[in-house]
Amino acid sequence: MRTSPFWSLIFWAGLWELAGRMGWIDLIPPLSATWIAILELFERQTFWDALELTARTFLIGLGLAIAVGIPIGILMGLSRRADKLLSVWVNLFLSAPLTAVVPALMPLLGIGEATVIATVFLFSVWVVIIDSQAGVAHVSTSLVEMGRVFGCTRRRIVFEIVVPAALPEIITGIRLAVIRAVKGVIVGQIIIALIGFGGLFDTFLSMFLMERFWALIIILFAMSFTLIGLIELIERRIAFYAGTR
Amino acid sequence: MSDPTSAMTSSGGAVVTGEAEVSSSSRSTFLWRLASFALAFGLWELVGRIEISLAFPPASAVMRAFFEMTASGEFFASYADSLPPLLVGLFITIVGGVSIGVAVGLARTAEWFFVPVLVIFQTAPVSAIIPLLTYVYGIDDRSKIVAIVILGLPLVALNSYKGIQATSPSLLAMARSFMTSRLDTIRLVILPSASEMIFAGLRLGVSGAFIGIVLAELLITPTGIGDLITYNRSIARYDKMFAAIVSILALAAVTLGLMQSLETRLFRTEKRT
Amino acid sequence: MSVATANPTAAAGAGEAAEPILRVRDVGVVYSGSTVALDGADLDVPEGQLTALLGPSGCGKTTLLKIIAGLLEPSSGSVTVRGREIEGPGPDRALVFQDFALLPWATVLDNVAFGLRARGVARKEREETAQHYINEVGLGGFEARYPHELSGGMRQRAGLARALAVNADVLLMDEPFSAVDEQMRRKLQEDLLDLLKIENKTVVFVTHSIEEAVYLADQVAILSRRPGRVAKIIRPDLDRSGDVDAIRRLPSYVELVDEIWASLKHYVE
Repeated sequence: MRTSPFWSLIFWAGLWELAGRMGWIDLIPPLSATWIAILELFERQTFWDALELTARTFLIGLGLAIAVGIPIGILMGLSRRADKLLSVWVNLFLSAPLTAVVPALMPLLGIGEATVIATVFLFSVWVVIIDSQAGVAHVSTSLVEMGRVFGCTRRRIVFEIVVPAALPEIITGIRLAVIRAVKGVIVGQIIIALIGFGGLFDTFLSMFLMERFWALIIILFAMSFTLIGLIELIERRIAFYAGTR
Repeated sequence: MSDPTSAMTSSGGAVVTGEAEVSSSSRSTFLWRLASFALAFGLWELVGRIEISLAFPPASAVMRAFFEMTASGEFFASYADSLPPLLVGLFITIVGGVSIGVAVGLARTAEWFFVPVLVIFQTAPVSAIIPLLTYVYGIDDRSKIVAIVILGLPLVALNSYKGIQATSPSLLAMARSFMTSRLDTIRLVILPSASEMIFAGLRLGVSGAFIGIVLAELLITPTGIGDLITYNRSIARYDKMFAAIVSILALAAVTLGLMQSLETRLFRTEKRT
Repeated sequence: MSVATANPTAAAGAGEAAEPILRVRDVGVVYSGSTVALDGADLDVPEGQLTALLGPSGCGKTTLLKIIAGLLEPSSGSVTVRGREIEGPGPDRALVFQDFALLPWATVLDNVAFGLRARGVARKEREETAQHYINEVGLGGFEARYPHELSGGMRQRAGLARALAVNADVLLMDEPFSAVDEQMRRKLQEDLLDLLKIENKTVVFVTHSIEEAVYLADQVAILSRRPGRVAKIIRPDLDRSGDVDAIRRLPSYVELVDEIWASLKHYVE
């Protein structure tokens, strides 16, 4: 029996609706009521303001992470010494509970967008570094030798052979960074609990507006899936790279 | 390629720069690690001394606060609140995650049922649900445990599932050709071949569990190490706040480091030097 | 630019070694202090001929080739081309790689033109040259394709065209046909011989196949393991004047393969 995972989700949705209607758990309204709440949310300016803030902080934080992470990763891939010096920290922060750092950002950067941007950056930069490093360090030896045999300068080997050859890994790093950045932008906002979706979540919970709370959750999940799906599409388009190495 | 050339030229990341081969003896590894720590703490100290903000104390001040808090028992009291739910949560995450992952990997029905939900929990920002837990469990340890399980278990389960899916088809064909029973195939072929990935998943799960406990203690239950962070911030003892943050980051790093070395011991004999 | 000298087939047919263009003298390689890969390797490579480096795995034949290419520095000894000691890679030598080493993101045309581009040749000129060699190796019509769209045999043709395009006197080939299947390998070997009748090149060809070495080479250098050095030079001296296909049927071909196998046998545990 091989049915699409889509039907599995429909099944879970049905279960959710049933749980809501039977009132098994107070906090779970029927899915249908949540759908109506989604439409209501779309009509409210606060939602669009929060979305705009989220999109802005997400893009700035992620952009910074990519702009900083790729050069550092490439440097670590090229130079053994840079790698030995930095890899301890990169690996530590890659799997560290960085949520603990967010409270420290608030007195530094204020209770606002800057803290959210820094959270997004901190969540996503490490994986970009690691994957860029791995991509560069694992470029096939014979490609580099080929460049040397045909008389390329070191600069040319780095920029025209090594970096393009590392591109699939770099893109993978960016995809993983997007997933982490989505988590970062939400964690940042709910810890601050005053701005953006964090503020909305706080309001809905304190006023016990469960339909709206779940509606927002569904919207967020849907948006992150769309975003990650898009990145995966781009990644697949250059997958042939890896196959011919 | 059997000539030793490949071993010599592809042994490291420095193929292009042509840096001298850095000896990988344990002593030089130790020196590099030392340099790496010196660099990080030196930078921290420097930036802290410039006093860009009172909220960013230099590394030395944080160190002092760290020892002070260890001596005064503040750490002990906080971790006495944090560690029990963390351990219970980890236990559920590991046992539950591996069981679900293995079941999902072996049975089509379980796969259909659970995988889409697990993927959603792994990819989506599930931390958004955590504030809701207060309404279910109040502020007792159960909400911490649930937060840990929500953030850790899907990672463990999905990795176990992928490990089982990745069993080499030719090994499975081999088992079938020797008429191995289903149970023996699972016991002798599938689980050993998946064990490395299952273990890697445990590390992801532990990392998720740490995120879960910190988030729970910051958002819903003002106790334990999360409270130590927020309380010291509220009274502007930033040195103590950073010391608390460093302590939880260090605890996570040490735990994951131990797991990594255990993993190397168990599986990658060739990496042991 | 190589001057048209003696026809290689004529030189081989005469059974005489032409003037060596490349000399390897007493080359030794020591890895990380203890493992000895090469120890006093000597070799003369006659101009316009194909020299095969043949030996068991781990005898250091690829190491020797990479030293000649200038990619590795020997611990001792020297390599000279036309009397000048080499210092790293140079325009007088071009390498064909075992794994093709094609840029996956570049078309066949751009890959073949790569060496010229590195030398600063203008686009129009390098593309004309590349096109010429693409046609010569039998890849005409595939210049706009990407490596992942080609079979292994075609990829190596592109690798060969790239090495030919820079017009180096010495062509170094590192087990170039070992990554393709047997039928394709035979075809590539025959095409290589045909090509060398047109292009006057000196070739150093690393292989672990006795048949391939005897079939292609004017001179077979057999490398031994521990110590890694040139143990024996054999000049197959086959009649290559006719159809490339006919060589494999020559009695002397079969005998020589047998003879080399007899002398290599004791290196194989």
